[in-house]
Amino acid sequence: MSTVAERSAARKRAQQQQKALDWVDDRFGSSSWLRSAMDKIFPDHWSFMVGEIAMYTFVILIATGIYLALFYKASDAIVIYHGVYKPLDGQAMTEAYASTINLSFSVRAGLVMRQAHHWAALIFLAAITFHMCRVFFTGAFRRPREVNWIIGVTLLTLAMLEGFSGYSLPDDLLSGSGLRVVFSIVQSIPFVGVWLAFTIWGGNFPGTEFFGRLFVIHEFLFPLLLAGLLGGHLAILWRQTHTDFPGPGKTERNIVGSRLWPQYTVKSTALLMFIAAVIFGLGGLVQINPIWIYGPYQAARASAGTQPDWYVGWLDGALRLWPHWEFRSFGHELANPFFPGLLLPGIVFTVIYAWPWIDKRIYSDYGHHNLLDRPRDKPLRTAIGVAALIFFTDLTLASATDVIGTGLHISFELLIEILQYGSFIGPIIGFFVAYEVCVLLQQQVAHPIQRPVGGIIMRDARGGFHTVGGAHEGNGHEAHDVEHEEAVLEPVGAGASGRPSADEDDPPAINPDGGATLPGDDGHPSET
Amino acid sequence: MPEIITGTHGPEEGAGAGTPWPDDVPPNQDDTWYPLRDDPWRAARLEYFIAALWGVTGICGIGLMVVYWTGGQAQLEGWLLLAAFGCLGVGLLLWARQLLPGHEVTAIRHQHISEPEVRAAVVDSLSRGAEPMLSRRGFLVKKVLVPVGGIFGIAALWPLASMGPRPGNALYHTKWYPGARLVTEDGRALTVDDVMVDGLMTVWPEGYIDNPQSAAVLVNIGGQPLQARPGQAGFEVISGANGLVAFSKVCTHAGCAVSLFNVLSMQLICPCHQSTFNILQDCKPVFGPASRPLPQLPLGVAPGGYLIARSDFIEPIGPGFWNRSGD
Repeated sequence: MSTVAERSAARKRAQQQQKALDWVDDRFGSSSWLRSAMDKIFPDHWSFMVGEIAMYTFVILIATGIYLALFYKASDAIVIYHGVYKPLDGQAMTEAYASTINLSFSVRAGLVMRQAHHWAALIFLAAITFHMCRVFFTGAFRRPREVNWIIGVTLLTLAMLEGFSGYSLPDDLLSGSGLRVVFSIVQSIPFVGVWLAFTIWGGNFPGTEFFGRLFVIHEFLFPLLLAGLLGGHLAILWRQTHTDFPGPGKTERNIVGSRLWPQYTVKSTALLMFIAAVIFGLGGLVQINPIWIYGPYQAARASAGTQPDWYVGWLDGALRLWPHWEFRSFGHELANPFFPGLLLPGIVFTVIYAWPWIDKRIYSDYGHHNLLDRPRDKPLRTAIGVAALIFFTDLTLASATDVIGTGLHISFELLIEILQYGSFIGPIIGFFVAYEVCVLLQQQVAHPIQRPVGGIIMRDARGGFHTVGGAHEGNGHEAHDVEHEEAVLEPVGAGASGRPSADEDDPPAINPDGGATLPGDDGHPSET
Repeated sequence: MPEIITGTHGPEEGAGAGTPWPDDVPPNQDDTWYPLRDDPWRAARLEYFIAALWGVTGICGIGLMVVYWTGGQAQLEGWLLLAAFGCLGVGLLLWARQLLPGHEVTAIRHQHISEPEVRAAVVDSLSRGAEPMLSRRGFLVKKVLVPVGGIFGIAALWPLASMGPRPGNALYHTKWYPGARLVTEDGRALTVDDVMVDGLMTVWPEGYIDNPQSAAVLVNIGGQPLQARPGQAGFEVISGANGLVAFSKVCTHAGCAVSLFNVLSMQLICPCHQSTFNILQDCKPVFGPASRPLPQLPLGVAPGGYLIARSDFIEPIGPGFWNRSGD
């Protein structure tokens, strides 16, 4: 096929590569690690891409954020605006707001960068949320991956705080109202609230040194924590290898997928490019957060239709739905914003953090898992997840009661009442519907009429015949006995496929206490 | 299993010949194969197509330079960036899928946990230090280091208190003072005739315009009766057909400006969380999360018909807090 010239060119290229790698290995002894890294196998499923989207969005956030930080002035000082945007000419505003207007209108690519940064933040949170749902519904958080769940939830929390702090930096009318609400929430903390709020803001709202502090938090502290934890998240993923859905030929002890180098790497780079295309396309073409329309923040002003970014919506909605309760006794007061603003998210995040251990209790399953659950096979967990999503959706809708009410031509009072009841009834209905759908889906797969009974007969490279597929396809629950552990290496004959298991039983745990190794596992990962 | 073993492309032929297999991958799985490996003509054609796509990215780069040269234009920049990154991405994806090996393989998923002997050895190593450290009931660690660390930690955090002043009574008072004239945003002092019946205005104490805690709304309720709360009777000013009342504009729920006014129902509505206050009931909350009325400002009339405050609000304004004396 190839000519002599081509072959000699290939040889020469190999020699050059060898030389370059020798130089590196002479210094770092890294060849063994490098080989295992390039040979690292990642399973392929579209849903595994969403975490990657979050990671690459973070890269774009950092790149655009650095550019914005070159022009933003984190200052509470009041200036009179005389810039290119004439409608604001002569108005008093903070330097923070004025510099955001200037970087939008007078800096090359400033508006595109600012809008891309904002869009990227929305996508970042959406990708994290979706990724977390995927991990939840498929049980990917189970042993040994509980720590990565904890890190992931922390990343979500930090990303929310990072997003909100960035949204607040321009000091426009919309974000200023948001900060006023946050001040009230901090102030409502028992014992230390007022002191804490005065400490953070440097005095009573709106404070005197707030934006300098918020900027340090937004562009240094939180990004540093996010980057560090993201690194840890990926390192743990690397060490533990990625989970995979059950399927023909997949077991707890093997991994099916493509290698990191070269196709996966290039495909992943392509994904980064697509994300960049979407984010910068949105940044240039779809307006977001037009702060020059809102105007600078003034404490005595607020406009109808004040909504925060979508990921804070559920908290804002909670503040709207929470009844007018305050508790006063012995000269002390538990103020209203404390309950929806701190207690609710506190409880929600405690439950989310604890979920891997709650799940262990529910299913009495303390074992190692590399194969994922299909959501239908764990109806209870799926139903709880669906109920939670409906709850959050209800609260998020509540953050836009005035806008939705106007659109639907019903009063906001009625809408708030509907959503108040909805926050209880919706999750309950969702729970039972999701549970029933799971059970029905399980039955459907097991149904003898709807699936071929015998499966597909295939011939392998060595001339052996086996069946694949059939009634159990994709169920994977049959693949945990030792016979099947070996099936990966040594194809087994026809008829060895297990029965469909429609029951709730979890696959038996392997090595729950980390003891002996199984057949075929004669060594330890070479990436150590 | 069968579909992952591509028997026609074994390592004994092609570029994979002689390559040692990674320990974790059973033999006879060829991942040097890619779709266009045996079709040089189509491979070359695809390479030219990819080159054209990346060429578009280069042209977009030149386009961006031109746009920046002429001062920048957000929509053009958006289109160019979209096309540039998009073409780069499509080219990379085609390249990866058609021209680069990445065939699915099956490998052993190694246990990443350690052998029991190794774990036991670690415990041994650890107790080499832990045993003497915790001897005498951990005298040094538990009884000295932990409390000392606590004291030193508090000392280290103490300077953070410099970040803000002590709250003192800041939340109990505003800038309203006896005799303060009510002025508008642009500093005009208001008289009893300046707000028409059913009209509303945002007012400040003279000398403290834009002070966030002191913003108030002045409403002319005309001849409608006001159900004053106990201790707040006579806070309004009646002058001819005008009935003037003033309330704090800071919402008692979460502190937003209560800036929506429904004149038909004489209600003030907070746009942030829809707390609704009935002006005629002394701004009692009638809907939404607020649980306390908006504090009322005691009004009076100075010579010349100027509206003045007779004192500060008689209760803390704005959202609740731990030490707000209950009512």
